[in-house]
Amino acid sequence: MKSWIAFWNILVKDMRTYYLKPPNISWGLIFPLAWTGMFFIKSGSGLGSIPTLLPGVVAISILFGTTSLLAVTVTFEKKNRSFERLLLAPLPLEILMLAKTSGAVLFGVANAFVPVAMAAWIMDLSPIAWRLFIPAVFLISIASTFLGLFIAVAVSEVFEAQTFSNFFRFPMIFLCGLFFPIEKLPMFLKPISYVLPLTYGADVLHGAVHGEHAIPFSLDFILLGAFCIGLFFLSLRNIRKRWIV
Amino acid sequence: MTEAISVQNLAKHFDNVEAVAGISFAVERGELFGFLGPNGAGKTTTINMLAGLARPDTGSIRIGGIDCTTHPRAAQHLIGVVPDESNLYPELTGFDNLCFCAALYGMGKAERRTRARELLETFGLLQAGDRNFAGYSRGMKRKLTIAAGIIHRPEILFLDEPTTGIDVASARQLRKHIADLHRLGTTIFLTTHYIEEAQRLCGRVTFIVSGRIVGIDTVEHLIQPIQTKHVVQITCANGPSDMLKNLAEDFPDLEFTLPGQGLIRVESDKAVRVGELVRFLEDHGIEVSEARRMRPSLEDVFVRITGIEADTMHKEKEKKGGGP
Repeated sequence: MKSWIAFWNILVKDMRTYYLKPPNISWGLIFPLAWTGMFFIKSGSGLGSIPTLLPGVVAISILFGTTSLLAVTVTFEKKNRSFERLLLAPLPLEILMLAKTSGAVLFGVANAFVPVAMAAWIMDLSPIAWRLFIPAVFLISIASTFLGLFIAVAVSEVFEAQTFSNFFRFPMIFLCGLFFPIEKLPMFLKPISYVLPLTYGADVLHGAVHGEHAIPFSLDFILLGAFCIGLFFLSLRNIRKRWIV
Repeated sequence: MTEAISVQNLAKHFDNVEAVAGISFAVERGELFGFLGPNGAGKTTTINMLAGLARPDTGSIRIGGIDCTTHPRAAQHLIGVVPDESNLYPELTGFDNLCFCAALYGMGKAERRTRARELLETFGLLQAGDRNFAGYSRGMKRKLTIAAGIIHRPEILFLDEPTTGIDVASARQLRKHIADLHRLGTTIFLTTHYIEEAQRLCGRVTFIVSGRIVGIDTVEHLIQPIQTKHVVQITCANGPSDMLKNLAEDFPDLEFTLPGQGLIRVESDKAVRVGELVRFLEDHGIEVSEARRMRPSLEDVFVRITGIEADTMHKEKEKKGGGP
């Protein structure tokens, strides 16, 4: 019970302090809008291309929203030493880091529904398989958040976190089947696609929105879940190793 | 079990630097224990290891009877830590900062609000409670950081340089709060490089230099061995400079010097009979305004034990932002 009081207050504090600030909200709105517009114009195939673009835009919105903010909520707090105060609390490290990342997960989910809300104005969303779409959004958000955490823990400066994030984020846009099918990628790039968590999230989203997917959904969910668990515990290990030196 | 903190052969190095080199000590429950040394002596590294923020290379730590050697964060519920630099949230108000810190210890909403208000009042920050921490003065920040460290009423409090860089009035107030906490039974582990502060507050002190403990005892016991002579300083209203010869003739067992304007310093291997001296001076037309027995200070002990001049410590004070 006591741990959950701490958990809830860390989450609420982060939401108020970081996530609900105008720059982040505008980032959450403008970024997905820009990507949607860019791919929509590039496809040149009119409104019919929206269902094929939507999964990619949703995934990118989550990826960029979550990973950017972890650099602030974790790396910045570590830098200005307020993270020490959290480490001094009688909380299991697992609960502490779940509390620090829950805000980002929720922010990622909220970001995901911005392009969905925009798409609702111009296409019929009723064919979307929501029972697949919503869990996929949550799992992509968790995996992206833990990827952000992994990056945030690996560096000591906010700018390093941002730079390091891009090292993962931009290749993912092109290698995870968000906008270009993995089958059409050069042979040497395909193995990379399959070690990126977003590949499996994008596959479920494509399946949920327009029915085309390359991997069984169950396998997608299992692998996404495995990425979430793996990245989380890898980050915890790094915190114990690097921050409690 | 009366030991609040017990440390055996604690060692820690960073790259090639030996920050703490196999130190051992114990702090009794309810004790105000001073941990003194110059910058870079290993004070903060020791606190970090005791507080679970750093892992020792070797040695053992017990906090409140809990073995923290293998589980560095096992005794977090017993301790409060006030770091050398304020680490509260600049964008939160003073009140919200305290409430947030209380929540980290699992305190319920009503309890943490009451406790936060109580501490704001104790530290004279009630008026500033709804202002953002970023706008606080340095002294106010230190006070709020101490309040945050004790929000959960810890049994053991680690205070790292609590008065460094704040003005005299704030430092006085903070020392009073520290003494009050000690009176209420909190075990306090105080690191400071203000030796006079430690002398004023602490029951026992440890000197640490280059990661090694070079002295540990009560203030009295540390001072005793270096008090080889009895010293009295007499302050006179009018000039005693021509009296030295007369004094030396009438009191052959005593040594007299004039350390400053209107001052006579008297040294002897035996106890000095102050009354006789004062009468003698007054009979010779000297108006005596004060006669004081001089004792060595903890600073003298520190200089004797460590070989580090007090000047070095004072320069460090200045570097860190002024003295109390």
